[in-house]
Amino acid sequence: MSKIHIPPSSEASSEQDAQQQVELARHPQRPYTLDYLDRMVTDFVELHGDRRYGDDGAIVAGLGFIQGYPVAIIGHQKGRSASQRRRRNFGMARAEGYRKAMRVMRIAAKVGHPILTLIDTPGADCLEQSESRGISEAIAANQRDMFTLPVPIVVVVIGEGGSGGAIGIGVGDRIMMLEHSYYSVIAPESCAAILWRDSSRNEEAASALKLTAPDALNLGVIDSIISEPGEGAHTDYGQAANLVKEAVLGALTELGDIPPAELMAARYEKFRKMGQPKELQ
Amino acid sequence: MTTVDDIPSNLWEECPLCHQLLYTRALEKELWVCPKCGYHFRLHSAQRVQITVDEGSFIPWDNDLPLVDPLQFPGYREKVQQAREKTGLNEAVVTGRATLAGIPLGLGIMDLAFIGGSMGWIVGEKIARLMERCVADQLPVVVFCASGGARMQESLISLMQMPKTSGAVGKLGEAGLPYIGVLTDPTYGGVTASYAFLGDVIIAETGAAMGFAGPRVVEVTNLNLPRGVQTAEFQYEHGMIDILINRQQLRNTLRILLHWFGGTRPEHSENAGASSTALLGEMTDHE
Repeated sequence: MSKIHIPPSSEASSEQDAQQQVELARHPQRPYTLDYLDRMVTDFVELHGDRRYGDDGAIVAGLGFIQGYPVAIIGHQKGRSASQRRRRNFGMARAEGYRKAMRVMRIAAKVGHPILTLIDTPGADCLEQSESRGISEAIAANQRDMFTLPVPIVVVVIGEGGSGGAIGIGVGDRIMMLEHSYYSVIAPESCAAILWRDSSRNEEAASALKLTAPDALNLGVIDSIISEPGEGAHTDYGQAANLVKEAVLGALTELGDIPPAELMAARYEKFRKMGQPKELQ
Repeated sequence: MTTVDDIPSNLWEECPLCHQLLYTRALEKELWVCPKCGYHFRLHSAQRVQITVDEGSFIPWDNDLPLVDPLQFPGYREKVQQAREKTGLNEAVVTGRATLAGIPLGLGIMDLAFIGGSMGWIVGEKIARLMERCVADQLPVVVFCASGGARMQESLISLMQMPKTSGAVGKLGEAGLPYIGVLTDPTYGGVTASYAFLGDVIIAETGAAMGFAGPRVVEVTNLNLPRGVQTAEFQYEHGMIDILINRQQLRNTLRILLHWFGGTRPEHSENAGASSTALLGEMTDHE
């Protein structure tokens, strides 16, 4: 299906490699949150709305079962056809999406069930609609509050890990990335436009940003990488979903026995230590 | 209490929306949803019990609360007495314990036939006791709301049922127990501004009318609300409702939610595929 060549090594060494990862993460046939839910979750009941303003199609949130275990699941959804993309706002979530996400996470916290978030966004929505409803506050509050949820939180970057839009549902106890996803503070072309006033230097930026899964692992931002089938997740949705499911179940099993207070303290420490220079450790 | 058998049954019913004449027994099989236009007939509490929980499992609670008339409101005592005789209910809400697909739960069902399903002290008391007893018994709670709003004849005492019931919902939450609110046609006023909209999960039946101020109150203000504002669909679009659903999907949805909250796996749950996507409903991105 894909014409994109993938280097055999998982190490993104050259500029070209990093850019290829970005293109794969954005591949139009790449499985989205709902494609994973269809294959790894049973009896999913979607919940809607932020009880404040509206319901954001760019974030899907609900309650379901993974291998029989009840889990609250939150994920960005991009949409594939033109009409879906409009409805999903290209996976760019608005304030009401982040508030819905927190509302559903709190339901899980209340009854002691774990949370899974799937990240796949080019970035949060930044238009007037979002400014007027407090997109910054919504993302900020989610990060603050995700530290205080007394249940295991597993985060998987399945496609694009676009900056604030990603971290708004990205605080957790186990952070994983799919092999060909990326996670970055900014899209490479935007980075090139800002730093060098030349968005065509996107390949250079992609490499410099250290946005691939191995890069993120080296940086200590993520805990593990989930491998993808064949030339990428888009070549085999079923196998991709199986690999994600296995990884999620593994993480949930590890986290299941940790007392809530310890879990939250470790979560805080985990993020507290990210990027800390060696000499200070 | 009223049983389904006591409700006078006609051979035919006319759909209030599309005016189709419907054979009553067929309509019953459709759970009182018009097969032609989808209109959801309003249900008595006994009918709701019948289509929702396991047969014979419902055990009513607090059915013996005495008549109250805190303001000595003219004609109120008689009105309540008449409602009791007419409906066989002691008030506008029926509460108790039941099982749904074998799962025990606390249940509240409001009944419009009793003074428009309005909330006075007894309704508030029964709801609060339901929540408190479910905290003690560690049960999840499902409440079916249908109400014209506050009970005017109890004035401030009626108003104070709003904080009382809201606080009781909070107790349930503190105990880590789930509360599912089901909004049915119509739900207005004091009930919407208290326990109706405090569910962890809020479900609404399609086409149900609902709003903060009832139609007659709005009329008095001389300000017209645009058509369609006070509907389940409007509330859903504006983020207030989790699940907008046809009555025929309701029981199964409640079953799955109760399993999820209880941490037990629903039966007949195949590994992904058709059975799980059935509930995805409009969320699915397949075109």
